[in-house]
Amino acid sequence: MTTQAIPRRRRRPGGPYPLWFYLPGAVVYGVLFLAPTFASFYFSLTRWSIFDHSFIGFDNFVQFFQEPALVKGFTNTFVYAVVTSVSKVVLGFGLAVLLTSRIVARGYLRSVVFFPVLVSTIGVGLTFTVLMNPDTGLINRSLALLGVEGPGWLTDPSLALLSVAMVDVWKGVGLATLIYIAGIVSIPQEYFEAARVDGAGSMGVLRHVMIPLARPATVTVIILSLIGGLRSFDLVWAMTRGGPGFTSDVTASVIYKQYQAGFYGLSTAGNVVLFVVVTAIVVPLFWFLNRKEVER
Amino acid sequence: MFTAKPRRLTALVAATAAVAMLSACSAGSLGPSDEEGVTTLSFLVDNEASTVKTAEALAAAFSAANSDVKIDIETRPQGGEGDNIVKTRLATGDMTDIFQYNSGSLFQALNPQQNLLPLDDQSYVDALDPAFKVTVTTEGKLYGVPSGGAMGGGMLYNKRVYAELGLTVPTTWADFMANNAAIAKAGPAPVVQTYQDTWTSQVTVLADFHNVLTAQPDFAERFTANQAKFATTPAALRSFQKLQELHDAGYVNEGFASLKLEQGLKLLAEGEGVHFPMLTFTVATLAAAHPDKVADIGFFALPGDDAAGNGLTVWEPGAMYIPTTTTDARLEAAKRFLTFVASKEGCDVMAGASTPSGPFVVAGCTLPDTVPQAIKDMQPYFDGKKTSPALEFLSPVKGPALEQITVEVGSGIRPAIEGAELYDQDVEKQAQQLGLPGW
Repeated sequence: MTTQAIPRRRRRPGGPYPLWFYLPGAVVYGVLFLAPTFASFYFSLTRWSIFDHSFIGFDNFVQFFQEPALVKGFTNTFVYAVVTSVSKVVLGFGLAVLLTSRIVARGYLRSVVFFPVLVSTIGVGLTFTVLMNPDTGLINRSLALLGVEGPGWLTDPSLALLSVAMVDVWKGVGLATLIYIAGIVSIPQEYFEAARVDGAGSMGVLRHVMIPLARPATVTVIILSLIGGLRSFDLVWAMTRGGPGFTSDVTASVIYKQYQAGFYGLSTAGNVVLFVVVTAIVVPLFWFLNRKEVER
Repeated sequence: MFTAKPRRLTALVAATAAVAMLSACSAGSLGPSDEEGVTTLSFLVDNEASTVKTAEALAAAFSAANSDVKIDIETRPQGGEGDNIVKTRLATGDMTDIFQYNSGSLFQALNPQQNLLPLDDQSYVDALDPAFKVTVTTEGKLYGVPSGGAMGGGMLYNKRVYAELGLTVPTTWADFMANNAAIAKAGPAPVVQTYQDTWTSQVTVLADFHNVLTAQPDFAERFTANQAKFATTPAALRSFQKLQELHDAGYVNEGFASLKLEQGLKLLAEGEGVHFPMLTFTVATLAAAHPDKVADIGFFALPGDDAAGNGLTVWEPGAMYIPTTTTDARLEAAKRFLTFVASKEGCDVMAGASTPSGPFVVAGCTLPDTVPQAIKDMQPYFDGKKTSPALEFLSPVKGPALEQITVEVGSGIRPAIEGAELYDQDVEKQAQQLGLPGW
């Protein structure tokens, strides 16, 4: 019996192993991911503490969207995500083009560009907080030597968020560059040769060969940095804690503050909102970018 | 197959037994130990340097007099993270034998009736200051013993600069602003602010509460019952306006947005800044960092609009509690330890371990003569009964975003009235989370 059953299952389309091989994985995924996710959907509708909870319907969501800090945090999140992911695409592509061309010390420069990715985010945040100090920081001291009075990078309400975004780009551009290098290197040499035979200059090659054929890399970089930007928290928290006041708060830091204050239901609702928003932006974007690739 | 199974089972039993023996050993050394009849108590405190030092000194002094009890200190983070640790450990029955924690609204949030041991039957209860007792009492039962001296909120000021400019301690806000004008003319920054440590921004608002109560004696009750609001009560709104006035008049030091508390204290000690709205526990920090300058630093209450009502806003000390999970020999030892803490000897040990933040709240305890001038300056307010507890001791309603709001008001990002309105919204969440009636 058994000796006959197993080969039959193996011939099933879709894979050589029986379905129940998935079970251990499904249990781990279900217990550690699905169950908490669905529990959080329920708890976002309650006002709960460690000791008890009471059902209050959608009040948490209503309150969450009335929170002035949150509205600010929401717009900040989008500004932050867009600014960082656009900068990473542009700078990452530029650096990748540079680092795939024949230049001196190419291997060394590649590691230098990638190095910030390896450093801990909190460490980077704290270091830049010191560097960006308006009076004693290295950045403003250097600017002072040139006769320029540097702004309060992290203390000026209109600059704080962009300063943090700048550091995020510094830290994250290495990964974007790496993805682009892989993308550019994988373009077959024949395209470059054909373009040159047809009389294309460097700009022509860049515009008509590299950019279009590095599209999969662009898709990956945009998706990764957009998701990263939308749920960014560690760098913002290490550098400004959302301050001064609420001016550099992002959704994740608002949620964290609500949780810290003991408003567990409210912060659970915030997490559900963040989950929905990230999904609503990234899934269609992913689909759109990939579809274009197939159709082309 | 059949031969392998029992062998595996034997191995499993052996392994389990070994683990059980190991854990039994470690549990024995933590719990009541029978080695020479010594009971070991675990004691959880926050990791602030002076708290740890005080706890260690108390434990050492107690063990010296009671050789049958040994106390192990455990530390936890401060602030919101520490709150969560305390609540989680209480909820899971994993709390230490004794723990130190805030009194007032944070204590109320611990669900004391269920998690803590009432101490009403203890001998020292009558010696505790009534104003303190209120902050560790719920539903008529008292649960805590003070873990330090009271603390004042007001203005630390540089007496040397005051003497040089011939200024006197102001008792009204108008006098205070006049002093500021004179100081600004002479050069130094009249008021120090340090918004890199965001919590320091709230002190002007919180320390003004005596003035709020003077104008509106029932504000706390009405605030708790959702009948009075900061934005619509003129006396309470005034607290936010004062903060804005300081910024608008240009009296705040340069670089206030990027300074930390220690840097602010340095400005004050060196006379580059003259006033610093602050809590008096920082005097210990100042004394440690600038021992030669601490005699120059004095303290006065945050001035109100009426000189007759001038008085000090007081923070009651935190407390030590025994959770219901402490039993038998350890419970008896824990009670003895708290009796020691609430005695004259206990106060003296605490005063010797670190600079007290203000007078003790146990009858018979006195401050040593060696305390810094700024702490001595608090005593007249206590002697004249011109003190009020801070709002957080009279009402469980305290919004968590106050420090961000006061940074915005104090930096000119948001006007005082909008800041007060925003704070009223912030406290609503807190009140609802606590399930208070009327919200």
